[in-house]
Amino acid sequence: MSDVVVAGVGMHPWGKWGRNFVSYGVHAAREALADAGVNWADVDLVVGGETVRNGYAGYVAGATFAQALGWNGARVATSYAACATGAQALDTARARILAGMSELALVVGADTTPKGFLAPNAGERWDDPDWLRFRLLGMTNPAYFALYARRRMDLYGATAEDFAAVKVKNSRHGLANPNARYRKEVSPADVLGSAVVCDPLHLLDICATSDGAAAVLLCSADYARRHGLADPVRVRAVSTVTPTFPNTVIDMPLLATDAGTPGPRTFKESIGDAAYEEAGIGPDDVDVAEVYDLSTALELDWMEDLGLCGRGEAEALLRAGETTLGGRIPVNPSGGLACFGEAVPAQALAQVCELTWQLRGRAQGRQVEGARVGITANQGLFGHGSSVILSL
Amino acid sequence: MSVPAIEGWFTSGDAPALVGSRCTTCATVHFPRTDGFCRNPRCAGEEFAETTLARRGTVWSYTDAQYQPPPPYIPAGDDYIPFALAAVELPEGIVVLGQVAEGYGVDDLHVGAEVELVVERLYTDETGERTIWRWKPVAELGEEADA
Ligand SMILES: [Zn+2]
Repeated sequence: MSDVVVAGVGMHPWGKWGRNFVSYGVHAAREALADAGVNWADVDLVVGGETVRNGYAGYVAGATFAQALGWNGARVATSYAACATGAQALDTARARILAGMSELALVVGADTTPKGFLAPNAGERWDDPDWLRFRLLGMTNPAYFALYARRRMDLYGATAEDFAAVKVKNSRHGLANPNARYRKEVSPADVLGSAVVCDPLHLLDICATSDGAAAVLLCSADYARRHGLADPVRVRAVSTVTPTFPNTVIDMPLLATDAGTPGPRTFKESIGDAAYEEAGIGPDDVDVAEVYDLSTALELDWMEDLGLCGRGEAEALLRAGETTLGGRIPVNPSGGLACFGEAVPAQALAQVCELTWQLRGRAQGRQVEGARVGITANQGLFGHGSSVILSL
Repeated sequence: MSVPAIEGWFTSGDAPALVGSRCTTCATVHFPRTDGFCRNPRCAGEEFAETTLARRGTVWSYTDAQYQPPPPYIPAGDDYIPFALAAVELPEGIVVLGQVAEGYGVDDLHVGAEVELVVERLYTDETGERTIWRWKPVAELGEEADA
């Protein structure tokens, strides 16, 4: 299978800007087009990452971005998979290119996010698990993250100081990132001194919500050759596997797991495994990882889920400085969600943007020296998870 | 009068228990109860029998809610009182979330601790008290003597 090539990437800086998500998306798209040096008129497929904002514009994101950029006759698709939206949109574009049905495909994700706890829509919905978890149990998103964090403490001896160290590291990584919302060094005392939201997680252990956008322009290997894209970054794998029954690790927004004997690997482990298998590489080949630090402790979980270290070993790697810039396997050199905050349909694409800059050696102020292979990981709701592998 | 906050998910009384559904084709147990499709991908079963789950299990993990959750959560009273939450592994091989019984917090829990199901008031509305299942730490042998 010939690889698909990343022709260009772009972002709108993340923050709270108070504008419509379309304007963020168009900004990111135009940056990606300029990065690739191609004309919008030549793009033959637009895939939009859907937002959950009400109204047609959100629900038909692909067409919304295509219209905003100016109708150019391209084919269009829209993808929604909660936090895995961007990777699924990328997968759609890649599949069409691999099938020879497209040459140049633009993938865009953009969103605005309300402040505070994410919560279900209003109304009485007794058959909606997302509604029931709030009504019956008061289970917020951070409560799920905290279950994983507390388990790391009791099983592996993780400490609140370890979790704080993840935030400290990521805040330092993001200092020079022009697209990051928070560019401020954070100390362990800042994290440990912030209010506990859900024991053992403090306010600064949990990522904020943001407005933001990211765009990735993909093209066929043939198109890249014809347009003189020398040594391009290639998409080696996009994993969008679902869980295997029984799914025995409790996941947001569920109230219970499946009953049964666990299989040889968890859902999150299978996401990375599928990506490695498709790329024909293993965790030892990875130079840099962008993983979903919805909470500081979740970053440690992902390192193990992706096989970057053994189960229960992530704290040791963190303490040894191996996950920071200059270490053996830098994690979240962009600053991660700790510095960006969540903008749901954009964030899996933002991870791909960051890896592209890293592999090109253009991640100024946060460069992982000599990076040749990068992996992303994230997870949406109800069996949506994804992992993308890029390489030179 | 006290009424379950949700119909048919748990029983009340001296030995309350969660009510799941057992697939009559492959015997897979589901909680919350299902009237839909069996989750076992090798089973096309659509008929289920009610089954009560074990009342005791071990803590898979736990946390608490130090800030009041947003609606549709309904606080128990005017002043918000933080509560603990636990994910509990039952002998059926199922992990079930629940609040922790009144008067207990994260300091009373650890991964692997034994807990037992109780039913307590969740909130009060115009129809009266609404109840919910909760996980109550089981004192280990010798622990009560120390207290
Ligand atoms: Zn069945």
